[in-house]
Amino acid sequence: MSEIPLTHILFLSTVLFFIGIYGLFTRRNMITMLMSIELMLNSVNINFVAFNKYLYPEKIDGIFFSIFVITIAAAEAAVAIAIIINLYRSHHSIDVEDATEMKY
Amino acid sequence: MSHPIYIALIPLIPLACFFVLGLFGRKYFTNSAGIIGTLGLLSSTLLSLVTAYEYFFVSGKVNAIYQKIEVVKYTWLEFSPGISIDMGILIDPITVMMLVVVSFVSLMVHLFSLGYMKGETRFATYYAFLGLFTFSMLGLVLSSNIFQIYLFWELGGVSSFLLIGFYFEKPSAVAASKKAFIVTRFADLGFLIGILVLSFYSHTLDFGVLIERLTTTNSPFLIAINAASFLGVSALTWGLLLVFIGGAGKSAMFPLHIWLPDAMEGPTPVSALIHAATMVVAGVFLVARLFPVFALSNPDALQIVMYTGAFSAFFAAVIACTQTDIKRVLAYSTMSQIGYMMFALGVSKYHGEDGLGYMGSMFHLFTHAFFKSLLFLGAGAVIHLVHSNEMKDMGGLRKLMPITHISFLVACLAIAGIPPFSGFFSKEEILMASFESNKLVYAIALLTSGLTAFYMFRLYFSIFWSKEADTHYAHHGEGTWSMKIPLILLAILAIVAGFAPISSLITADGNPIHSSIPFTFSILPVSLAIAGILLATRLFKTSNELPQRIAIQLGGIYNAAYHKFYIDEVYLFVTKKVLFNLVGKPAAWFDKNIVDGFMNLLAKLTTSLSELIKGFQSGKVQDYALYFFGGIAGLIIAFLYLWK
Repeated sequence: MSEIPLTHILFLSTVLFFIGIYGLFTRRNMITMLMSIELMLNSVNINFVAFNKYLYPEKIDGIFFSIFVITIAAAEAAVAIAIIINLYRSHHSIDVEDATEMKY
Repeated sequence: MSHPIYIALIPLIPLACFFVLGLFGRKYFTNSAGIIGTLGLLSSTLLSLVTAYEYFFVSGKVNAIYQKIEVVKYTWLEFSPGISIDMGILIDPITVMMLVVVSFVSLMVHLFSLGYMKGETRFATYYAFLGLFTFSMLGLVLSSNIFQIYLFWELGGVSSFLLIGFYFEKPSAVAASKKAFIVTRFADLGFLIGILVLSFYSHTLDFGVLIERLTTTNSPFLIAINAASFLGVSALTWGLLLVFIGGAGKSAMFPLHIWLPDAMEGPTPVSALIHAATMVVAGVFLVARLFPVFALSNPDALQIVMYTGAFSAFFAAVIACTQTDIKRVLAYSTMSQIGYMMFALGVSKYHGEDGLGYMGSMFHLFTHAFFKSLLFLGAGAVIHLVHSNEMKDMGGLRKLMPITHISFLVACLAIAGIPPFSGFFSKEEILMASFESNKLVYAIALLTSGLTAFYMFRLYFSIFWSKEADTHYAHHGEGTWSMKIPLILLAILAIVAGFAPISSLITADGNPIHSSIPFTFSILPVSLAIAGILLATRLFKTSNELPQRIAIQLGGIYNAAYHKFYIDEVYLFVTKKVLFNLVGKPAAWFDKNIVDGFMNLLAKLTTSLSELIKGFQSGKVQDYALYFFGGIAGLIIAFLYLWK
């Protein structure tokens, strides 16, 4: 069984990252935006794990960092959902275009 | 002086009354405020009397000379070694005398106000202000530092402002209080500059050191201040004259007197306290305090003090003859009597028997405080009954108010200088002193004393005789006992104060003077006074046409005097026409167009710039995210390719 080369995995993570960015900029629904951010975070995780496995298989730093990122992502999701719920209570909508009062 | 604490208490008790009544008076002491204030002042008065006894008869004398004793000295603000603003207590004969006078007259006024101000809505506030004033006046006379005296001086100005404007719903009272404040403040500017000049050359602010440095012949300080000159006049003369301007403003000397007649808008007991007996003599006190410097080092400045005083005395007496508002007559008479005190200082010298003028001035200050406050309180009682200040609304009141009548008569005799009332003795000393040193001033003084007798008896007859009283006053009664007791006490003092042994207690150099006025010297002034009284009796005892006819005969002079020689109009012309148009308006134009214009330009620039860039702050979260990522991308590019 031949090994999957590193470039394939990096290609996957890059695609995932830009799908995330695309989603963040084009979606108006905040839940979808949150999901896009999660995509970006996870693409980074893939990079961490892949570099760890291919370049320094004897170390665990990459795995270590990816676990950190997962933890942060969980906290960030909690905060973001709290913000979304509050926004819904005050605006009856979770569309970012409806919440643009904080301007000049 | 072994117990300095109780001397410090003399001014502090009225201060405590001020705080208690000012902060809590309107809520908790609406009715008892008067009692609290009066009791506080009573304790201050008793302490003053104890201090006076201690000083004059027990511990004040060293080698038969009364000493200046610095009881307390606390360095408060030190600018440089030697120059500091201290809070101290300086005890010397004039301080002790002023303590007694101020606290006693203030006590009488507190007592009188119990009846006079009864039922006022701001009764407690009134007593709080009285307490503040008494504190500042007592602090002023006790000051040991020239800057400390300046602080209390201004505090006196403030409390005078508050009390003149006590009836602040009356526009005239508001105008009068503003006028008094601005005029005296203007004069105090002179005082402040004078202090700076004197302290700059003598390197001290302490009275004792200052006087010593500026009077010792050949001291380096005296040489320096005499050597420096401005416009051909030495710095010492300038300093003393500027200090005197401050004193002249407070003591209503010509031409800074214009605030005093208007100050009569305040409640009458206040006029008795502030504008007759105590605050207005602060200027005399100040000159007396610095008298050694005036007399020993700079007789030129003293000459100016003398001529200002003499002119004011005569000028005010002439105006007083024509006024119809009884309080204004008394105000001009106050100005005239203070003029007496000033020129008495002016004719005096420092040493021994030549210091007669100084002694006479302090003596006159002492007796004047009693009979003038008595006159004002009597006028207050009359106004309380009649509800008017105008002479034409009065007349024939002698039967309705016997006690007021008798005490007022006593005061009139005292101020006219009829023996054996107190004014006679003090006025004789002053006349004697001026006779010995300057015949012109003596002539003015004599003439003024005749005029004084005339206008005081014009006042007396217009109030108490002239015509039958309106019957509807009869049921009203003379006033409460709290109003009568001060009148009686002050009348007694107006009779006996002349026998006080001032000549052996208060002198310029501390040595007693054995003054003996020859009997023949008294004949001329007394007969002039009697002539004045007789003339007033002829003209005003019964109402007749004669005063009217004389007024018409005198024509222009009468009119000029009636309009106070148009001094107010001159001031108005100078301020409104000259100052406002030539200085005020250009300054206002500069401020509106140049200063404001520059600021407006800056604001406009900021606005237009922000118009351009405010679109970035759109409120859309995704825009912000775009800037963020764009920024990161930009930085990455910069680091990768440009910065290698």
